[in-house]
Amino acid sequence: MAEFFDMGGYALYVWGSFGATALCMIAEPLLLRGRSQQIRRRIARMVRLEQEVKHEGQA
Amino acid sequence: MASRLVNWFKFSSPATFYPLARKIAVVSTIIAVVLIAIGLYMSFFVAPTDYKQGEGYRIIFVHVPASWMSMFIYVVMAGWAALGLIFNTRLSAMMAQSLAPTGAMFAFLSLWTGSFWGKPMWGTWWVWDARITSELILLFLYLGYMALRSAIDDPRRGDRASAILLLVGVVNIPIIYYSVQWWNTLHQGSTIKFNEESSMDDTMLITMLIMTFGFWAYSIAVSMVRVRAVILERERSSSWVREQLGAET
Repeated sequence: MAEFFDMGGYALYVWGSFGATALCMIAEPLLLRGRSQQIRRRIARMVRLEQEVKHEGQA
Repeated sequence: MASRLVNWFKFSSPATFYPLARKIAVVSTIIAVVLIAIGLYMSFFVAPTDYKQGEGYRIIFVHVPASWMSMFIYVVMAGWAALGLIFNTRLSAMMAQSLAPTGAMFAFLSLWTGSFWGKPMWGTWWVWDARITSELILLFLYLGYMALRSAIDDPRRGDRASAILLLVGVVNIPIIYYSVQWWNTLHQGSTIKFNEESSMDDTMLITMLIMTFGFWAYSIAVSMVRVRAVILERERSSSWVREQLGAET
């Protein structure tokens, strides 16, 4: 096991490469999901507010 | 012929593409997860140790796919930009916009993993070699495209200006690709050659290709999710977005 993680002495370089790639490819979808939800919430709120204003105008 | 044309243009409307993008994203996510899982397993447990570089060469399984994707995504973006300029379709520009952050990420990863490979093999983290420098320019092109887009307030004008930047920047892609042949560089030549036999073990080659297709599916999945967000944001005053989101709340 320790031998596997040592990567024949190249541990820093191999794990530094795979680690950075994994980090980016996990972070990007997570950040994207957060941003998408934020946009949906904002637009839904906008639509709701406009409908309320419209109803008040009719009353 | 005519009906085929109509069909294609149907999907150039953001409203019809929005639900389709979700389906593509789901399928590509599954493909990406499966391929990358297989690819990682093969990278560490199946591919043999290299006779010259020992275990250090395993960086190739992320370095080459990331580098290929960084170039490929740029070409696809330029293709969308050209379509957008010719047919004046909104969706084309949205597609280009949605691919950019992923392309920039792969360009960064290409440089990062290259640096981590260069240090043990060449003894330096960085060198102003033709291939590395042109890849750095590619990263700057991605960042420049994104900066230009967001700097222009009118989205349609931003689409056109940034499309032109993308098309001009395409000149850099063959420079990256052929740099190892045109100049005497520290970077090694292409591992995969189209006109002669590859200088690589079959298991290594297959592993690299599996990882590449995995990264490819990942790029499609992420860009489809992002294009949905872009569509909502840019079409927010249209009635279909209002119905879609009004119904959800």
